[in-house]
Amino acid sequence: MEEIAMLNIKDAITEHYHLNLDSIGKVDNPRIAGLRKEAFETFRLLGFPDTKVEKWRNSDLSRVLDRSYTFRVEPEPQNTNARDLFRCEVPGFDTTSVTVLNGWYLNGGKLLTTYDNGLVIGSLRAAFTAFPDLVEKHYGRYADFKSNGLAALNTALAMDGVFIYVPDNVVVEKPVQMVSLINMKEDSMIQLRNLVILGKNSKLTLVQCDDSIDDHRSFINTVSEFYIGENSHLDHYKLQNKNDHSTLINGSWFMIERNANLSSNGISLNGGFIRNESYARLNGSGSHADLLGLYLMDRNQHIDNQVFVDHAVPDCTSNESFKGILDDHASGVFNGHILVRKDAQRTNAYQNNKNILISDKAVIDTKPFLEIYADDVKCSHGATVGQLDAEAMFYLRSRGISFENSRMLLMYAFAADIVNKISIDELRNRIDDLVKKRLRGELSICDQCVLHCNAQEQRVAFNIDMSRI
Amino acid sequence: MLTIKNLRVAINNKEILRGINLEVKPGEVHAIMGPNGTGKSTLASVIAGRDIYDILGGEVLFNGKNLLDLPVEERAAEGIFLGFQYPVEIPGVSMTNFMRTALNEQRKYRGLDPMPANEFLAKMEEKKKMLEIQAKLTNRSVNEGFSGGEKKKNEIFQMAMLEPKLAILDETDSGLDIDALKIVANGVNMLRRPDNAFVVITHYQRLLDYIVPDIVHVLFDGKIVRSGTKELALELEEKGYEWIKAGLAQ
Ligand SMILES: Nc1ncnc2c1ncn2[C@@H]1O[C@H](COP(=O)(O)OP(=O)(O)OP(=O)(O)O)[C@@H](O)[C@H]1O
Ligand SMILES: [Mg+2]
Repeated sequence: MEEIAMLNIKDAITEHYHLNLDSIGKVDNPRIAGLRKEAFETFRLLGFPDTKVEKWRNSDLSRVLDRSYTFRVEPEPQNTNARDLFRCEVPGFDTTSVTVLNGWYLNGGKLLTTYDNGLVIGSLRAAFTAFPDLVEKHYGRYADFKSNGLAALNTALAMDGVFIYVPDNVVVEKPVQMVSLINMKEDSMIQLRNLVILGKNSKLTLVQCDDSIDDHRSFINTVSEFYIGENSHLDHYKLQNKNDHSTLINGSWFMIERNANLSSNGISLNGGFIRNESYARLNGSGSHADLLGLYLMDRNQHIDNQVFVDHAVPDCTSNESFKGILDDHASGVFNGHILVRKDAQRTNAYQNNKNILISDKAVIDTKPFLEIYADDVKCSHGATVGQLDAEAMFYLRSRGISFENSRMLLMYAFAADIVNKISIDELRNRIDDLVKKRLRGELSICDQCVLHCNAQEQRVAFNIDMSRI
Repeated sequence: MLTIKNLRVAINNKEILRGINLEVKPGEVHAIMGPNGTGKSTLASVIAGRDIYDILGGEVLFNGKNLLDLPVEERAAEGIFLGFQYPVEIPGVSMTNFMRTALNEQRKYRGLDPMPANEFLAKMEEKKKMLEIQAKLTNRSVNEGFSGGEKKKNEIFQMAMLEPKLAILDETDSGLDIDALKIVANGVNMLRRPDNAFVVITHYQRLLDYIVPDIVHVLFDGKIVRSGTKELALELEEKGYEWIKAGLAQ
């Protein structure tokens, strides 16, 4: 481990790369080694994005880059018991759960597990050696870093993360839950890399949680690549509940093949600086992508959702819906971009972003954008920014419901749209609960996990029972 | 029960209510009539507590309490109910939840425990039946996609659930078909008690055949210019507001 006091974080990273390249790239095959090199050169050229970069105009990373971070190149000791740190349980929600601690896959020394049905879950670093063909075919193939400094940085430096492989014709019944935890004694910068591969006719539900269990500053830069083979279905959830000092960059690249289906739902409950980038490429006809998001930010939190949907072939559909509530000095960005390529006839693409600003200090910059080169398409986009409906507030209060609870009811009703789309009942109920708690100001990151924690959950005495009857 | 003294109210620097005096006693039914835009809804909203108005002067007392000092929800809990001329649609908030929350918050204000769920549901069923409200309607979001008439019926349903001391019904009759009008009027009559009161705002004498008022007021240009018995409504129906204007000009 090395501490780098940095005036210039880019120089520090350069030094770190050169000093540690041997350990960083120890298990690389020649292609990946080459990729690393190329990515590093790209990062050197681009650096961290600043606000002069169009897509970063309203997300100022410099506010989290003016300090020193620790890098680490040795794995976490495998005897660390993730269960001691943290437990993640949802009543009635049976999952296969894996933990990534400070960027390292952790599983009591067992780095790759192959289940009876052929499903493989494990460390990406271990997969480099154990599954060279799969890695060769998919790793680094989707996350394009050429104009993306952070993806380049990740590709240059990432050492581990989660590897999931669902073979052809395998329907994984139990959802896989992947928890990324930060627990460092120092402020740290982490490059996390995941690779998820679904063969043909397969199905996977993946719940990706990002949590902090300490109060240090952290900068976590994640790149996840998802390959969804023909006729397969990925149900993807992203839950983010981080401390206010944390920076979370979450880049997800989805490659969606013929008749395949992606449903991705990102719920951001807390975090200092969150930037989610989703790139969905509809690569085979008949494929479909649902990209949904909900963000509830307050204090000085910042949330940025960048969604790029690439309709590359005819007869695909996509549906994007993001909703957010911002309070206090919180700020948000939504950038939705739908690209319909020349041949992508009979495309059906929908995009929407709705925001509620609770305080007059909260800001949102929302930009839906369509880029269409085909002529037979159905596309629509829209964005709204508003306050809570004053008439609705008066109506609720005029029946005796307090100001606070009326506000809550309206905010909850607004958010429920997205929560209701969660198809797993247990998970939906749990997230529904978390959203209520968050809106009531009762959810802290001390809840440890966005899903649950080892502490007994306090029964919240709702004087509103918002459960649907 | 309700005493309004010389109430003067403006919005956007325009004086809408220009000295209202009104006294409503327990057990009474008052009707307020008057041309469009004279301030009937404004008066109702000010009593209920909408905060977009400037109160220029006067006072509003409700059972001895100064209403103008109370927030909206406390006025409701004190027993004021406003049946909206234009009920608001609130997508995502279910009727059932809404009513249960409202009822229990009012109970809490009065120091009562929340109503047990089964009792609450039974009460809902009873009131729905009384007003011939379709079962489905209460499973939906508040007023969302309700027809004009359904919305008005829903106002009366809420009133029936909350059992206010003073209900102000702002044009609850407009948009109702004949049958619905009878049902609504019948509902109101069944809720009448010696200790509660109603103020019904309407343009149509017809409603007053069903809900028979003790006193009829004519609101004109921000002032109550005539008050009388139910015959006043008949006379208005016959002669129109020109007749009032002519009277004022003299
Ligand atoms: N928000 C507002 N801004 C400006 N003027 C307003 C506002 N609300 C009401 N007014 C004006 O106040 C006056 C009284 O309106 P009000 O709704 O009280 O009339 P009303 O007697 O209920 O009429 P109607 O019979 O048509 O329902 C009208 O001239 C209306 O235009
Ligand atoms: Mg009116």
